[in-house]
Amino acid sequence: MTLPDIWFIAIAVLWTGFFILEGFDFGVGMLHGVVGRDDAGRQMAVGSIGPLWDGNEVWLVVAAAAMFAAFPGWYATMFSALYLALVLALVALIVRGMAFEYRNKDAHPRWRRTWSTLMTVGSVVAPFVLGVGLGDLLHGLPIGADQEYAGTFADLLPPYSLFVGLTFVLLCALHGATFLALKTTADVRERATRLTRRVAPFTALAVLIYITWSHVLSGKGFFPNVIEIAAVLAVLAAAWLVKEGKEGWAFTATTFAMATSVLVIFTNLYPRVMVSTLGEANDLTLANTASGSYALTVMTWVLVVLLPVVLLYQGWTYHVFRRRITAADLGDE
Amino acid sequence: MSNVDLARIQFAMTSIYHFIFVPITIGLAFLTAILQTVWHRTGRDEYLRLTKFFGTLLVINVVVGVVTGLVQEFQFGMDWSAYSRMVGDVFGAPLAMEGLAAFFLESTFLGLWIFGWGKLPRRIHLTSIWLVALGAAGSAAFILAANSWMQHPVGYEINATTGRPQLNNIWAVMTNPVFLWGYAHVLLAALVTGCVVMLAVSAWHLRRRSEAPVFARSAKLALVLLAPAMIFQMFIGSELGVVEGKYQPMKIAAAEAQWETCQPCSFSIFQIGGGKQDQTPTKIIEVPHLLSLLATNHWNGQVIGLNELNAQYQQQYGPGDYVPNVFIQYWAMRVMAYLALVIVLLGFWGLWVMHRKRLETAHRFLWLAVWAPVLVVLMNTAGWLLTESGRQPWIVQGLMLTKNGVSPSVSATTVAISLTVFFLLYAALTLVWLVLMLRYARKAPPPTVPAADDVTTPEPTFAR
Repeated sequence: MTLPDIWFIAIAVLWTGFFILEGFDFGVGMLHGVVGRDDAGRQMAVGSIGPLWDGNEVWLVVAAAAMFAAFPGWYATMFSALYLALVLALVALIVRGMAFEYRNKDAHPRWRRTWSTLMTVGSVVAPFVLGVGLGDLLHGLPIGADQEYAGTFADLLPPYSLFVGLTFVLLCALHGATFLALKTTADVRERATRLTRRVAPFTALAVLIYITWSHVLSGKGFFPNVIEIAAVLAVLAAAWLVKEGKEGWAFTATTFAMATSVLVIFTNLYPRVMVSTLGEANDLTLANTASGSYALTVMTWVLVVLLPVVLLYQGWTYHVFRRRITAADLGDE
Repeated sequence: MSNVDLARIQFAMTSIYHFIFVPITIGLAFLTAILQTVWHRTGRDEYLRLTKFFGTLLVINVVVGVVTGLVQEFQFGMDWSAYSRMVGDVFGAPLAMEGLAAFFLESTFLGLWIFGWGKLPRRIHLTSIWLVALGAAGSAAFILAANSWMQHPVGYEINATTGRPQLNNIWAVMTNPVFLWGYAHVLLAALVTGCVVMLAVSAWHLRRRSEAPVFARSAKLALVLLAPAMIFQMFIGSELGVVEGKYQPMKIAAAEAQWETCQPCSFSIFQIGGGKQDQTPTKIIEVPHLLSLLATNHWNGQVIGLNELNAQYQQQYGPGDYVPNVFIQYWAMRVMAYLALVIVLLGFWGLWVMHRKRLETAHRFLWLAVWAPVLVVLMNTAGWLLTESGRQPWIVQGLMLTKNGVSPSVSATTVAISLTVFFLLYAALTLVWLVLMLRYARKAPPPTVPAADDVTTPEPTFAR
C-alpha cells in the first residue's frame, strides 16, 4: 500500500466518521420540532446532542484539512468547483451551530421558534449539499486537462448527485431518530420510535437505489455486494429493533448503514478522486493530486499517534453522557 | 472589481471577523480555568460563581469562532484554488495537524466542561477547562505556523517537474522564527484581550455596585495580568518587527512610509501624506533614532527605503510593483502601537486605584475600562492588517503573487454573491452575539446551588 493509498483511506474514514457522528446531530436538528411537541420536548431533543455536536463537526474540519494536505489538487478542484454549493453548506452549518448554543439563551417563544426553524432548515440543507458534493465526485464534473472546473452551477446538480443528497438527508433523519429513541425519555422517545419506523422503509429504498446507481455509474455491474445488502437490511432492522425496545442496536444498525453509504462513494471512486465528464484522461486520481512522500510520511505519523487518542477521549465523552435525558435534566440557563 | 480584489476583500472580512472571537476565546478560556482552579483550591463561593459567569460568556463566543473558522478553512480551496494546488504540500500539513492535535481537544472538552457540572468528578471537570484552553491555544499555534510560512517560507524544496514547493523539513516549519515570535505575539494578544473583556464586564458591575465583592475579584485578576502582559507584548511585538524586517523588509519600510534609505532613521509619530501618491510627507512630529531602534535593534541601524527595495525586487523577480499599500501599513502600525500604549496606561491606572483600594469608586477608570474591549478589537485588527497587507503583493513571500493564487474557475460574480451572503450573515451574527454578550454580561453571576451532586437515577440506555 502506498502513502497516497493510506491517505485516501484516511480521508474516507474521516468523512465516514463525520457522517456517522454529525449525521445523528443533523437528524436531531431536523426532527427536534417533530419529536418535541412543546418547548420542553424540543429542549430534550436538542439537549441530547448538546455536549456532542461541536466535537462531531471537527470531523468535517479534519476531513477537509486532510484533503488539503494530502491531495492539494483534489481539495483545490473540488472546493472551487463546488463554490456556491459550499457557500450554502457553510451558511447552513453556521446557522445550525449558532442555533444549538443560542436557542436556550432566551425564553421568549419567538426567539425559540426562530432558532428552531433555522436549526431545522440548516440541518436539512447541510447534509443535502454535502451529499450532492460527494455524489458529484463519483458522477463526474466537467474538469479540464488543467484540473480546473469548466462547468457552471447547474452542472453540479445532475440527477444522481441530487439523489445522493436526498439519500443522505434520509439517512441522517433515520440515524437521528434512532439516536433520539436511544437518548430521550417519555413521549419524545415514543415519537422518535414511531418516526424511525416510518422513515426506515423510505430510507432503505433510497439506499438500495443509491447503491445500485453508484455501481452502474462506475461501471461495476448492477448488483450490490454483501456488505451493501447488509446496509439496506440494517436500515429495515432498525425499524424492528426500536419497536422491540432495543434502541442501542437500532442505533448500531443505522451507524452501519451510514458508514457503508459513505464508503460506497469512496470505494467506487478509487483510484480516482474526482471523475471528469470531459474524458478519462482528465480524471483526478491519487497519483496526479497527491502531496510528496515526505509530507505524507509526516502526516501519517501524526495521524497514527493522534487519531487513537482522539477516538479515546471522544469515546469517553459519549460514555460520560451515556444516560438518557429526562425532564429533570432540563432547565433554562 | 476583479475576482482577485473580491476574493481578497472576502478573505480579509472573514478573517478579521473570525479573529474578533479567537483571542476572546483563548483569553477567556485561560482566565476561566484560573478562576475555577482558585475555586478548586480555596473552595470560595465567589470563584465558583465567577467561573460559571465567565464560562457562559466564553461559550457564547466560542460558537461564533467555531462556525466562522469553518469558512476560513473552506475558503482556501474555494477562492484560492491555484494557491491551494501550489502550496498544499507544505501549507496543508499544519492545518491537518491543527484539527487532529488541537481542535478536537478544544471542542470535545468544551462539551464535557459545559455539560459536565455535577456529572464529572471535580478534578476531571477542572482538567477539562484547562484542556479547552490548551486546545484553543494549540489551534492558534498550527494556524500561525501555516501563516508564518506565507510570510517566510522555510523547510521546502521546489519539485523540479511540478515547479511546486514540497515539504522537506517539518521541524523548520514549526521553528520558523516568524512563527515563534508571531505565536508569542498572538498568545499575549489573546491574554490581553481576555483580561480586557473580563475587566470591562467587572467594571460595568462595579459601577452599578451590583455584586461588588464578587466582581472586585475578577477585576483584580484581570488587572494583575493586564499591564505586565501588555508590556511584555510590546517587547515581543517589537522583536517580531525586527524578525519580519529581516525577511520582509518591504513590510517594515512601508509601515514607516520610508521611501528612501536612511541611517539613522527617525520615527514619525504622526504624518500627513507619504502614501502611494506623494512620497514627501509633511511630518508633524518625529523622534530621532527610534525607527532604527525598532526596526533593527541598533541605535544607528539602517532601514532600506521602499524605492531601493522595489528596484531590488524588480531585478530579482521581474518587472512589477512590489510595494504594499503604504497608507494601510503606516496607520495600521500606529493604531496598533498607540492603542497598546493606551491599554498599558489603563492597566497601570487600574493597578494604582487597586493599590489605593479605591477600585470600586474610581468612576472615571471604570468608565474607560467598560469601553476598552472596543480598543482591543481595533488593536488586534490593526495588527493583522499590518502583517497581512504588508506581505502584498505576495501570497507567499517571494514564491507566489496574490493575483496568481486566485481560483481561475470562479468568476467575479460568484465571489460577489458569496461576499454579499457572508456579509449579511456575519452582520446578523454580530447583532445576535452582541445582544447575548451584553445581556449575559449584565446578569448577576449565578447563585451557587448547595453542592448536591445529581441524585436523579437515570435510566441506562444501551440495555435490555
